[in-house]
Amino acid sequence: MKLHFFHLMPYRFLPDDFREKYRGVWVDIPSHLFDPVKGHQLYNEYLDELEYAASLGFDGICVNEHHQNAYGMMPSPNLMAASLARRTNDAAVIVLGNSIALYNPPTRVAEELAMLDCISGGRLVAGFPVGTSSDTNFCYGVVPATLREKYYEAHDLILRAWTEPEVFAFNGKYTQLRYVNVWPRPIQKPHPPVWVPGGGSVETWEWVTKRDYVYCYLSYFGHKRGLQVMEGFWEEVARQGKEANPYRAGFLQFVAVSESDAQAERDYAEHAEYFYNRCLHVYPGFADAPGYRTLRTLRAGLSSQFERKAYTGELKWKDFIEQGFIIAGSPESVRQQLEEAAKALHVGQMMLLLQFGSMPPELVRKNTELFAREVLPHVRKLWSEYEDHWWINPLPQEERTSPAPVGVPAGGS
Amino acid sequence: MEPRDVSLRDGMFQTHLLQGGSGEPLLFLHGAGGLHEGEYLDQLAERFTVYAPWHPGFGASEGSEHIEDIIDLALYCHDLMDELGLESAHVVGHSMGGMLAAELAALCPHRVRRLVLANPVGLWRDDEPVLDFFTLSPEQLLPYTWHDPESEAAKIAYPTPETKEERVEQAFQRIQALATASKFLWPIPDRGLRRRIHRIQSPTLIIWGESDRLVPPSYAEDFRSQIKDARVAMLPECGHQPMLEKRDEFVSLVAAFLEER
Repeated sequence: MKLHFFHLMPYRFLPDDFREKYRGVWVDIPSHLFDPVKGHQLYNEYLDELEYAASLGFDGICVNEHHQNAYGMMPSPNLMAASLARRTNDAAVIVLGNSIALYNPPTRVAEELAMLDCISGGRLVAGFPVGTSSDTNFCYGVVPATLREKYYEAHDLILRAWTEPEVFAFNGKYTQLRYVNVWPRPIQKPHPPVWVPGGGSVETWEWVTKRDYVYCYLSYFGHKRGLQVMEGFWEEVARQGKEANPYRAGFLQFVAVSESDAQAERDYAEHAEYFYNRCLHVYPGFADAPGYRTLRTLRAGLSSQFERKAYTGELKWKDFIEQGFIIAGSPESVRQQLEEAAKALHVGQMMLLLQFGSMPPELVRKNTELFAREVLPHVRKLWSEYEDHWWINPLPQEERTSPAPVGVPAGGS
Repeated sequence: MEPRDVSLRDGMFQTHLLQGGSGEPLLFLHGAGGLHEGEYLDQLAERFTVYAPWHPGFGASEGSEHIEDIIDLALYCHDLMDELGLESAHVVGHSMGGMLAAELAALCPHRVRRLVLANPVGLWRDDEPVLDFFTLSPEQLLPYTWHDPESEAAKIAYPTPETKEERVEQAFQRIQALATASKFLWPIPDRGLRRRIHRIQSPTLIIWGESDRLVPPSYAEDFRSQIKDARVAMLPECGHQPMLEKRDEFVSLVAAFLEER
């Protein structure tokens, strides 16, 4: 199993009365709640955490995209990935991803990801989410009824831009270009692996499977609630007669490791509550624009994870553990729970959220270190009978460059 | 009113409509919530031949995948008029249907005899934004759309579904209607009508419920001032749906205006 360190980059300083005073963390959250000086601190702290994880042997480090959102401060994941590409050497740089229906022309994404693939020496995973309704419809104004079609068209353009050797004209419904000629080109051939984060749309399962991409379910509600969606995906894989290779699926899981189960609660409860009770305080009106989900998906009984009443009122640590939102405890206990979860979900790309809510850097370091030392080497062995066809194909180590030293050499005049 | 189905352009569009009455033809264009089958249609049918279609993507009408924008929809309405054998007609449009009616009249002025715009959308002013009704549930919308949400008319217009299945089906219908409407209204209900509105030649009556909190009544003047021959009728104690909340007044106003010579 591959184990990836995922970061949402939440704002850690929302006020205690946030829930009572404001209607949501997303779309129309008041700007005065963001302190740019704290922003300076947080971005640097979070980049450190991702780089640290890479240095401890995580297979990949993941960044994602949200807009006007206090639990995800990455409107541009590509900026973060660019910084990470320079400061890491082995780990995959997993951008999960660019909401490609939002960019005009979408060749901008093809260009930036090609740059990232070059800078990182072929370590890029290209994630192409349709995007949440809040991000795409409400923040970026895309018409809900045509978002998906626009997404497919953007995808086709990007893939052709990466793979066609000659300049071509693209006459799409949403983008018209006379001269498509992405320059630079990605190192990985025919193109970087494509992973698609989804929220449980029937159409996405079909499309991802047909194209043999990786499907990632980035849920905040853990492995138990994730089962229904992952089962739907695997049924689709079976229906299309494709191999049930766990590496074609990814899942996001919150994990909190400590010396013991009791210590885990002492360490992490406050920060988990901050995430679930404050960061996930989302205004229902922005959860699911009419037309964002097709009637087919709605009739299949699949609703957005925000619309679905995940809980009423304030949740406590006990709830997170019982309902599987967070896998927590001693290394031994986490190993066991994580393996069981991965087996139940049949997932080979496990994305760990080891910084969540208001967790400060010391605690993230502890969680990351314990996980890397005590959990990762054991659970990594899972799925060894399968081959990961969806993995990066970087340049050989000896061909990859490292940043040159800077500054005046010691002893110079 | 009798249900009727017509097929356009070799089956690209399947249009479901209500038709009834006799007299001069009157085309009624519904808003973003879909066609409200109400007594106002029967009353109008006592004086006119009323055609009330569901637009593609609403109710049982199909073909919305062939319609990208409000101009496509207006041109589709012309095709529908052809199919119905209407060289020209009076056109009454409500809310989003008012926007559509105005586009229809701007594109082919000679086909619209007289035009009625009831609480139309289609223009935008930053100082008086149209409500973002897409974010609100039907219950949350009531105080914005009705002068008196507790009135008998409101209860008749929105009966509570009796079974869970009915409620679910109603919710799906609503989502489908709003999803289709998003092509014309999202994220801001302005698709450039102001660049074309000057072409409207038809005598025009603008009806507005004074208590409309979805589309502010101050837009009545924006429409009036940009249409050559237009006048405004403000309905007191009336919200966004005058044909439901002030049915008799609405029908009288419309009939008197259309029968003017």
